Amino acid sequence: MSERASIPKRDPEEVPERENGIEEVTTGSQSVIAALEQAGVEHAFGVQGGAIMPVYDALYDSSISHITMAHEQGAAHAADAYGIVTGEPGLAMATSGPGATNLVTGIADAAMDSDPLIALTGQVATDFVGNDAFQETDTTGITMPITKQNYFADHSDTVGDDVSEAFALAEKGRQGPTLVDLPKDITKGETDQWPNPPKTPETHDEPVEADESAVEAAATALKEADRPLILSGGGVVKSEASDDLRSFAREYEIPVITTMPGLGTFPETDDLSLGMAGMHGTGAANMAVTNCDVLLGVGTRFDDRLTGGVESFAPDADVIHVEIDPAEISKNIEADHPLIGDAERVLEQLDDAMTRAPEADEWREQCQTWTEEYPLTYEMPEDEPLKPQYVVEKFDELADDDAIVTTGVGQHQMWAAQFWTYEYPRTWVSSNGLGTMGYGVPSAIGAKIGAPDKEVVTFDGDGSFLMTMQELSVAVRENLDVTYVILNNEAIGMVRQWQDGFYEGRRMASEYPWVPEFDKLAEAFGARGFRLEEPEDVEETIQAAREYDGPAVIDAIIDPAENVFPMVPSGGDNGLFALNEQHLEMI
Amino acid sequence: MPGPAPDERMRPIGRRNTQGIRIDPEAEATHEPRMAVLSALVKHEPGVLSEVSSLFSRRQFNIESLTVGPTADETTARMTIVIEEPEPGVQQAKKQLRKLIPVIEVEELESAAMRRELALIKVAGDKPDDVQAVAQMYGGDAVDASKDAVTVEITGSKQKIDAAIEAFEQFDVLEIVRTGAAALERGSKTMDSATMESDN
Ligand SMILES: Cc1ncc(C[n+]2csc(CCOP(=O)(O)OP(=O)(O)O)c2C)c(N)n1
Ligand SMILES: [Mg+2]
Repeated sequence: MSERASIPKRDPEEVPERENGIEEVTTGSQSVIAALEQAGVEHAFGVQGGAIMPVYDALYDSSISHITMAHEQGAAHAADAYGIVTGEPGLAMATSGPGATNLVTGIADAAMDSDPLIALTGQVATDFVGNDAFQETDTTGITMPITKQNYFADHSDTVGDDVSEAFALAEKGRQGPTLVDLPKDITKGETDQWPNPPKTPETHDEPVEADESAVEAAATALKEADRPLILSGGGVVKSEASDDLRSFAREYEIPVITTMPGLGTFPETDDLSLGMAGMHGTGAANMAVTNCDVLLGVGTRFDDRLTGGVESFAPDADVIHVEIDPAEISKNIEADHPLIGDAERVLEQLDDAMTRAPEADEWREQCQTWTEEYPLTYEMPEDEPLKPQYVVEKFDELADDDAIVTTGVGQHQMWAAQFWTYEYPRTWVSSNGLGTMGYGVPSAIGAKIGAPDKEVVTFDGDGSFLMTMQELSVAVRENLDVTYVILNNEAIGMVRQWQDGFYEGRRMASEYPWVPEFDKLAEAFGARGFRLEEPEDVEETIQAAREYDGPAVIDAIIDPAENVFPMVPSGGDNGLFALNEQHLEMI
Repeated sequence: MPGPAPDERMRPIGRRNTQGIRIDPEAEATHEPRMAVLSALVKHEPGVLSEVSSLFSRRQFNIESLTVGPTADETTARMTIVIEEPEPGVQQAKKQLRKLIPVIEVEELESAAMRRELALIKVAGDKPDDVQAVAQMYGGDAVDASKDAVTVEITGSKQKIDAAIEAFEQFDVLEIVRTGAAALERGSKTMDSATMESDN
């Protein structure tokens, strides 16, 4: 493997120190940057361009460090991942027109996962708006359905306030993406207005405490339950309620399942943990959710990948729904006990209202039996072919306990969810709701910059990697110590699995006749590349990649026939999960 | 030892309906669509109308009419939205609407609420007196007359306007334009900035 000494890397010493940032405002742009600095923003991910140039010019004097990405989609995903690992809005910047439209996928992704993100887009000068000017798009129109709120800045005096409010909205209440569209004349225009501090508008709902009588009723239902179950979702991460959820579950000895975004909110090493539920969840989690009689769902929107067909979702259960967004109550699954508030606070309230634990010895034993009956397994041949699950498991063994895992979308994402043991919140960084292939490479960049002291590993697919691999150039330039593992099946495997299961094996457009040699590609980018084929080399290769100081890519050539199980077909009954292809035919 | 295959596993007895509501075998709640009149007080700023209409279309709420107009306070506007949805849909529409940042307050008006629509009906001008007589039967009036056409204005409930339009069909109807509903609660109940403050 050749190492090119000439690849220029960014030297932190060479970057001018601008500790103080903006001290005085004379233009709209400076007001924008002052608003961001005032909100505590330290990093920005973006790509330059005509209409956003005034804002970048003000960034020149800012304490905010800007990471130039290869593509605006990468900027949005990096900012999104930064938001997940830090809990604070990540900042993505782009110019008007194609810059803004390239952000769209990443903004939609953040919306689906309630990730805090603020996007700033350049716009043509207000005199030109509506004339189909060069690089004009109706950015606020396009992003309206995928943002919590967006803004079209219409005055240099108030543009900083718009940014402050957008930042606050992204962070507070149910988190999500916001966008401020910045016409060039507004950012260039003169103003001496220092922006307001970040503050949400009065019409924004930020419930904290749930209604006391509803809490009492929920606690009564829970303590009288015979088959109680806790479902922990992504909202538990967002509200920092993981510790409270752990103590609650342990104190009242209630088994816990998680959604995919909820991975890490409850340690999978705990006896009460039944793992992730849903389409590719564990047998125990899906049996438990199907048969429970009281379900305490915390910070979840009962997405269809979790519920399967709603007709058979927890059909005997009284549902207690702890949720910050009233519009999620009874949207998909009717809540018998809606507890609207912040998960952390509501769990404390529930704890206060619980006078005893439910009597559920038999139920816990039943759950234990399911765990034993339905372990996550795969067949491990003596030598080749390499099994993807083994690679994930082995990496987990070797990695730091609190390592962060990011992923692309497909089978590899499911193996990463299943075969890595999650113990801490903010260690699962994935495109859960939108399912965006290409999330992997840029998300590792955002995660590493947001959490520089943590080990970051990305499980990617060959197809997903090919969608955003240009961002590897950024990881190299920023000298980020991240490890990418491509679980390479030379196929868009998840689609191939569905074709085999539900389309009579008619493999239309799912197998690649040829994929590049990713290890060499990595080297061409200036990263370290490894090719992994033999099971016996797994440990050594992973260690070499981990030890390399900078981005490393392992091209792991895996068994192309491997499929993801257990599986609940789309819209199916969780209790009827298939453990293999034969089961799929039965259900 | 792997656990039982799908068809041999423990099964619950219950079911939910497609709206995620547990089915009570004793009394199965059916949710037939019904008309609901929602009144929303919103900030009077650009983009609000498209935010609201985009919300209703992307969430597939069945919208019958939507009107918007100024209020006594120039910083706010009032939208009247008539939808036809089963009960859970009505509730969901209210919650989604309330979640929009420029929306200050949302209320469903009681079925007794006053609802008024306006129609302008243009008919051929050969029987002006007959046209005027029918217009007056519906409390309306001719607002324009020329050699070839007479235009009448009718206000009232949707039912009344439907009936008026039917009555005008005896003439040669050239064109009709109708507004959506504007609605207010009966009595002294209002939805103003005072209630907005108590909400926050
Ligand atoms: C942007 C985008 N396009 C298409 C899809 C549909 N899709 C879902 S999984 C998948 C295959 C992914 O292939 P790869 O990244 O190699 O992962 P594998 O399933 O093989 O592990 C495709 C095409 C998607 N999720 N995202
Ligand atoms: Mg693949």
